[in-house]
Amino acid sequence: MAEIDSAPTVVIQPSRGWAALQLRTVWEYRELLYFLVWRDIKVRYKQTALGVAWIILQPVVSMVIFSLLFGQLLDVPSGGVPYPIFAYAALLPWNYFAGALTRSSQSLVGSAHLITKVYFPRLIIPISGVVSGLVDFAIAFLVLIGLMVYYGVTPTLAVLLLPAFLLLAVLTALGFGLWLGALNVRFRDVNYLVPFLVQVWMYITPVIYGSTLIPERFRFLLALNPMTGVVEGFRWALLGAQLAEAQPPGAMLIVPIAISLLVLFSGALFFRRTERTFADII
Amino acid sequence: MTDIAIRVDKLGKMYRIGRAQQRHDTLRDVIGSWRLEVGDWVKRLRHSTSNLQPPTSNDTIWALRDVSFEVRRGEVVGIIGRNGAGKSTLLKILSRITEPTTGRAEIHGRVGSLLEVGTGFHPELTGRENIYLNGAILGMKKTEIDRQFDEIVAFAEIAQFLDTPVKRYSSGMYVRLAFAVAAHLEPEILLVDEVLAVGDAAFQKKCLGKMGDVAQEGRTILLVSHNMAAISGLSQRVATLDQGSLVIFADPASAIGKYLRLSESTSTPLLSDLHNRRGEGPIRFTSFHCEGPDGTVVTHLVSGQYTKLVLGFSVSPDVNPENLLSVVVAIAVYDSAGYKLTNLSNHYFQPFEMSPSSGQFMCEIERLPLRSGQYVLELYCQANGLVSDWIHDVQGFEVSDGDYYETGRITYANQGAVFLDHAWSVNTVHEAPAGASSRGADDSQKS
Repeated sequence: MAEIDSAPTVVIQPSRGWAALQLRTVWEYRELLYFLVWRDIKVRYKQTALGVAWIILQPVVSMVIFSLLFGQLLDVPSGGVPYPIFAYAALLPWNYFAGALTRSSQSLVGSAHLITKVYFPRLIIPISGVVSGLVDFAIAFLVLIGLMVYYGVTPTLAVLLLPAFLLLAVLTALGFGLWLGALNVRFRDVNYLVPFLVQVWMYITPVIYGSTLIPERFRFLLALNPMTGVVEGFRWALLGAQLAEAQPPGAMLIVPIAISLLVLFSGALFFRRTERTFADII
Repeated sequence: MTDIAIRVDKLGKMYRIGRAQQRHDTLRDVIGSWRLEVGDWVKRLRHSTSNLQPPTSNDTIWALRDVSFEVRRGEVVGIIGRNGAGKSTLLKILSRITEPTTGRAEIHGRVGSLLEVGTGFHPELTGRENIYLNGAILGMKKTEIDRQFDEIVAFAEIAQFLDTPVKRYSSGMYVRLAFAVAAHLEPEILLVDEVLAVGDAAFQKKCLGKMGDVAQEGRTILLVSHNMAAISGLSQRVATLDQGSLVIFADPASAIGKYLRLSESTSTPLLSDLHNRRGEGPIRFTSFHCEGPDGTVVTHLVSGQYTKLVLGFSVSPDVNPENLLSVVVAIAVYDSAGYKLTNLSNHYFQPFEMSPSSGQFMCEIERLPLRSGQYVLELYCQANGLVSDWIHDVQGFEVSDGDYYETGRITYANQGAVFLDHAWSVNTVHEAPAGASSRGADDSQKS
């Protein structure tokens, strides 16, 4: 049988030091990734009365509360666009990021039964946690379109860059998710850290306020946070035409992208280095 | 191309039991142990140039040590051993779930491992959805699952529940579905861990049949099981592991024999120490043991094998020899549920006439008809019509299912308590139906 002659030879031996990323193996298992993502989506709102409505309800309710609190009461400047849409355009990528980060950092521990019983590239697990949030994102995006129509916001050509900002959010979530997910296998502290981290992170990201609220000389600090680039990028791409201080986030984006890629690359290396002990200590 | 499917060379796996116990470390623990580890590293750097040798201290355990063997393509190899012998660790290393600490293994061919059936089943998903999910987790391609889908459903016998969430399944249906997916894996090398222990007897039979088919197709199988009958029925060679080491890799009979001898407890209980006995007669039981076909002492018996039960006794020296003229001995056999299965006694044949000295009563069983299980004994001795010694609840022996009927067919668990010799035949009757209908019958046969 030709099939047997082409059979791959697998060598099993103790590995030391840093391991190659082996993205090719991950690619070979893309069908498993697809099924894990599909399972996540399928199961997420099972046995809930509202079902998929939750995907819309969460950001919309946040938007309403933020609009009342920050838009009306505190009068946070929203650069000339109505505060609700100003907040929603940022909440959209933020909610995706928060969900993706939380899921991917808990994904390995949640899949302990798989890790101890079946072989597959472990990278698939946090990746699926990040990917499965994209469906929620797409549904919540429909609300944004509705809001834009309602408030009469016409997008410019900049909207074509939106996928790039979304990709930055995906990669950032994956980078931190790899680090936290791998650490979580050994230190369950991560389970308690992540919700707190997400909360704090939201306040240091210009979600409920615009980065223009921060004094000019401190604004470079915001750039250290990759999510600033994402959130401000979303606003610029969607509402750019109406935004009072519309500025293409050129230089402001270089640093977030660099940091995001650094975290992603180091996270993947750290993950590959530690994954060999996952089955023993999880 | 070699004809070797798996080559294992000095494979070893060390676990740190100290760490394994506190599985969910908190940061504080680890910072503490980091200090120790750093100290350890410094020591190692100072004392040895090659730190290839991992630390061997009290909090480590070798689950597998220096195991080497080769499995030829198309061979079915059984792996047996007591709990903790390293069987599962070996399979986990070969299926790349965990890394070895030392040594190396080479696998030539696509591996499918089955350490558990139903891995990744999600209770909220339907049977149909779980077939795809579980198939993907086990390494099947979607097209492969599509192709075998109908066969999987038929094998699991769940066609009408295909679109019901599996959380509503009975446990039997759940296991059948899980096994059906696994049984349709088509790797060149299949690693199977004790998955035959699930399901009802009829389904077990079907699974064993399916495994047998797989073996017929020339696939390489590594099979871990406690079911000696299955192991000897399916495997060409058997590896026996004990405390992480490979003790024998040979034909099933020798390897299983070795395993059974390893399972022996080293000392047989002394009956003379027991006090829960009745009777104050001159003959007292002192010991009990079983002997296998080759005359060695065994505590682990196999169905269908020659077995000798040996009762040691002593006779008090001041006995009146007249009282030893009619000695009756009996061994009642109870299963683990306390049900008396049979009574073996010389009373049915010929009472002994004895002289006042110690010795052994021996009861030979040509082919042990007991099924696998633990057995408890009741020992009885009567001399000259009076109870001499009577002991309840004596630790007896353990039996494993074997090839009782000497047909090479596998016997399955939960098929009753004993084997009986029996013969089957079939009688077909060609009886011409009476009256007018006979014509019709003839016609229909012709057409």
